[in-house]
Amino acid sequence: MSDFEKKFLEFKSRLNGTQDSKEIESIRTDIFSKNGFINSQFKKLGSLSENEKKTFASNINKAKQELLEIFRAKATEVSDKDLNEKIKKEKIDVTLPEKEFKIGKIHPVSQVIDEISCIFSEIGFSVEEGPDVENDYNNFTALNTPEDHPAKDMHDTFYLDENMKTLLRTHTSPVQVRTMLKGKPPFKIIAPGRTYRSDSDQTHTPMFHQLEGLHIDKNINMGHLKGCLNYFIKEFFEVDKIKMRFRPSHFPFTEPSAEVDIGYRIEKNKIIIGEGDKWLEVLGCGMVHPNVLKNCKVDPKIYQGFAFGIGIDRLAMLKYGINDLRSFFECDYRWLNYYGFDPLDVPTNYRGLSK
Amino acid sequence: MKFTKDWLDVHLKTNKSESQIIQKLNNIGLEVEKVEPVKNELSEFIVAKIVKANKHPNADRLKLCDVDIGKKEILKVVCGAPNARDGLLTIYAPPGSVIPKNGMKLEVSKIRGETSYGMLCSESELKLSNESEGIIDLNDKYKTKIGKSFFDEKKGKNVIELSITPNRPDCLGVRGIARDLSASNFGKLKEPRKSKVKKNIKHNLKIKIEKNKNQACSIFGSCIIKNIKNTESPGWLKNRILALGLRPISAVVDITNYVMFDLNRPLHAYDLDKIKNKITVRNSKKGENFKALDNKNYTLDKDMCVISDDEGVLGLGGIIGGERSGTEKHTKNILLESAYFDPAIIRKTAKKLDLKSDAKFRFERGVDPQSVNAGLDSAVELILEICGGEVSKFDVQQIKKFKDLEIKFDPKMVSKTIGTNIKTNEIKKILLNLGFTVKTKGKFLNVKVPSWRPDIFGEIDLVEEVIRIVGFEKIKSIEPEKKRTKPTLNFFQKHFHLAQRSVASKGYLETITWSFTDEKINNKFKEKLESVKIVNPISSELNVLRNSLYPNLIFYLEKNLNRGFGDQALFEIGPTFTGKKPGQQITVVCGIKKQSIDEDNYLKKNNLVDVFHIKKDLVQSLTELGINKEDFKIDENTPSYYHPGISGSIVSKDGNLVLGHFGALHPKIISNTFGFEIFLENLVNYKAKNSKTKESLTFSDYQKSDRDFAFLVNKNTKAQDLTEVIQKVDKDLIKEIKIFDVYEGENIPSDKKSIALKVTIQSDHKTLNETDLTNISKKIINTVEEKTGAKLRS
Repeated sequence: MSDFEKKFLEFKSRLNGTQDSKEIESIRTDIFSKNGFINSQFKKLGSLSENEKKTFASNINKAKQELLEIFRAKATEVSDKDLNEKIKKEKIDVTLPEKEFKIGKIHPVSQVIDEISCIFSEIGFSVEEGPDVENDYNNFTALNTPEDHPAKDMHDTFYLDENMKTLLRTHTSPVQVRTMLKGKPPFKIIAPGRTYRSDSDQTHTPMFHQLEGLHIDKNINMGHLKGCLNYFIKEFFEVDKIKMRFRPSHFPFTEPSAEVDIGYRIEKNKIIIGEGDKWLEVLGCGMVHPNVLKNCKVDPKIYQGFAFGIGIDRLAMLKYGINDLRSFFECDYRWLNYYGFDPLDVPTNYRGLSK
Repeated sequence: MKFTKDWLDVHLKTNKSESQIIQKLNNIGLEVEKVEPVKNELSEFIVAKIVKANKHPNADRLKLCDVDIGKKEILKVVCGAPNARDGLLTIYAPPGSVIPKNGMKLEVSKIRGETSYGMLCSESELKLSNESEGIIDLNDKYKTKIGKSFFDEKKGKNVIELSITPNRPDCLGVRGIARDLSASNFGKLKEPRKSKVKKNIKHNLKIKIEKNKNQACSIFGSCIIKNIKNTESPGWLKNRILALGLRPISAVVDITNYVMFDLNRPLHAYDLDKIKNKITVRNSKKGENFKALDNKNYTLDKDMCVISDDEGVLGLGGIIGGERSGTEKHTKNILLESAYFDPAIIRKTAKKLDLKSDAKFRFERGVDPQSVNAGLDSAVELILEICGGEVSKFDVQQIKKFKDLEIKFDPKMVSKTIGTNIKTNEIKKILLNLGFTVKTKGKFLNVKVPSWRPDIFGEIDLVEEVIRIVGFEKIKSIEPEKKRTKPTLNFFQKHFHLAQRSVASKGYLETITWSFTDEKINNKFKEKLESVKIVNPISSELNVLRNSLYPNLIFYLEKNLNRGFGDQALFEIGPTFTGKKPGQQITVVCGIKKQSIDEDNYLKKNNLVDVFHIKKDLVQSLTELGINKEDFKIDENTPSYYHPGISGSIVSKDGNLVLGHFGALHPKIISNTFGFEIFLENLVNYKAKNSKTKESLTFSDYQKSDRDFAFLVNKNTKAQDLTEVIQKVDKDLIKEIKIFDVYEGENIPSDKKSIALKVTIQSDHKTLNETDLTNISKKIINTVEEKTGAKLRS
């Protein structure tokens, strides 16, 4: 046996015999480093004849290949073994609590405003806004509510001056006035926002939310109003069919005016919208009064259209089974968590309104 | 407005049932609010049980009974009956009820020092028999009826209550309701009965309407009725009065009330013998005084409309009569008034005096000025029938003429408005049945408005009348078009929406709080803004518009703390007010965060909320809103409600716009609480002005190198200044600067601190060699030392 073969066998058995990663590394150096076994054998080639050279070189290469394979297998084997031992020691009680996280929530009123905007967006309405503080002209006079009209009885208004000229808007209707005065017809807008009345009991809060709708063009009639609201209510409650009733009513700023009721029934203490023989008032609407159009510099001989006002809080209560209006504004931590919406849960047309 | 079906039958010949009528009323705009069984005089007498008959502490013959009347509470009633005993079922009369036997009205009273709530009744007291020994002893059958009325309410007879909109005063009388129903094909309106009463005696009381400025009274009609016997009303009349929810008083008063609800025609009856000399309708003088029928004294302002005699004020015209000239049971001669008062002036006077009455309710909405005589006729007939007597001719003083309005009406307006065709003939028929007179003139209709419809001014009002009667269900619904020509949200609204969801996604719960707040708390946050006071606040704790979102948020945060929730993050997005004019408001996003101190918790130990948490929430949200770190800088000036040392402001690079604040709230206001504000208009304006179109992405593939520096700087040197200086050394090569350590303490002079930072250097054009890197490092060190007085730590 040549010296070469002896050495080769020795390395082979050393590699096979070890289970230690450090030793494997030192054997690797002994074999493959600059001055290691393989290189030192190649150095011997110079002193050999051409014929011997060929045979010997091929032998070295074979040996190198074999040792490399053994080394690789061994290295994997040992590192696997080491890792397995390490893993065995790394047992953690994963039932301990995760790092804390806080899920924020969107208030149901905000969510419902987004839902409503989404529905009306689909049929071409855009969103307008107006200030919370209004003058009495925009809030009453321009809307055909004259100084001493008894309809003012319904509005117990918060005033900001003794002369009753500035006030907190009692409805979102002044946005109609502002929109028409600053633009040219056609108008097709919704206007959600805060509204205020000096009222506070079980079912009234001094601040609440309304949504105004306005569609003015040449030939917009009550058929369009009916179709629009029917579409909205169906989409909002996410039902295929809805029982709806238009009842004549009176608002100074619309004529003819109507209140809209939807059918419902009570099942196991829960309100089921859309069917049943009970009626629930959800909104007021009508054809915009010619006097309002005139006050807003729109010619009622050419243009006409409809307006509606919806109680947003009330819709939220109905859709999401919230019983107490006052709870919307009490900021109770538990309530906000329970009735609030995940901020990622954005109502969209393609994904649907609710999760 | 209340009525019963049998009352309606007086005016309407119909074969429709009560439930059909109720449905129809809703469909034509007379909203049915309630349908309730008719109450009669005896409904208040309730079956009750004596739970325990205790001895009265101060009287041997009396008992102090615990009485169960079917409600939660057991009542104490003093009773003298010998048969009052434990478990006895009997009849209970509540305070306010009138005992049929003697007409006595019960009140809560003290009997020998013990308060008695009502009375237990004998058979004779209820006029059931003459038995007056002891109270009624009911058999066991009544055990299940405790709390129920003893006298059965008449089955199937209902009071229908309508909620009449303010434009329809004519339907505040049963006849108006009947007219609307007949126009809807629900029967035929009966002709009013012609009065057959002979008016024989002389009207010898002088009556004058003074022509004052803004005289509210324009018609004063009256008659005198002599030698009446003002008895109790007959049963049918009492029942109608009770159905209205009123209490029968005497025939004369009941009749005037009846006519008011029947024809929407308020009347007033005076005791003629109590009127001094003559009647003058005039404006009041300031300070005049009178006692009204509600037993209250009223001191009048200048120019309120009063009915007066030579002694002074008799009553407030159209609102309430006076006690001095009121009719009584023994009244023999009366003056009956039927007048017309101006709605606006009535409203103003009643509002000033805070006076409500059924008459005022009607006059301020508008009573038919042509109904003066009809009202007198109707009442006179009833008075003569029930009380006897003789009546004078009617005296009608009138200082203003009323003319019926005529409208030129294009019937095409109807189909144009509703989108459904209605034939002109049908339109004509509906208007005629509602009392309009209609004449065809070419394509138009000349429509004369009846005097009882003060709400009809123009064509659109007639359209409403027609469609109301035709029925809204006849309007064909038109599907909306799914077409969008304008974006739904504008630039600002998009950011509102995004800001709301962005902040919520950082773990904050969205709240909605009042736009108003407590001035005392608001003062801590208003800085230089003026308080915007509400003249008529709902309570003194909600008396100003908020100048900041903090007052309400802190209020509710503390409420939640008291509920036991230590860890909280709340936010609101909404208006704060900068003045009291419309538009003087801004949109603020305000977040507030508090962590319970729980250092033992292993998860929290190294993660307590500090100013950099709140700063992170704010900066991350700003980034999500498209305001990047290089677009703003931090300023140390903050409002006084922040901790002066632990707060900062986010301002635009040019320093002109404040985009937000963040920091610890001032410990004097609330301890250990952090918050931030974003001023949305400023942010959106800033973004709009600085909006850059996104350049196409380029990045360098050449090697980048990091170099660490530690500078010794003055304690008050700001990290922001240091990084700014370094950035400016070479904007192309310096890609990033990261502060990784701030150190004060050992080995460092007490007025200094060490800031260590990592600068990433990379060229877009080549791989930098050692010399390049050394050069730039030197340049950084020299510039920093020169500009900030810092020293490189070796």
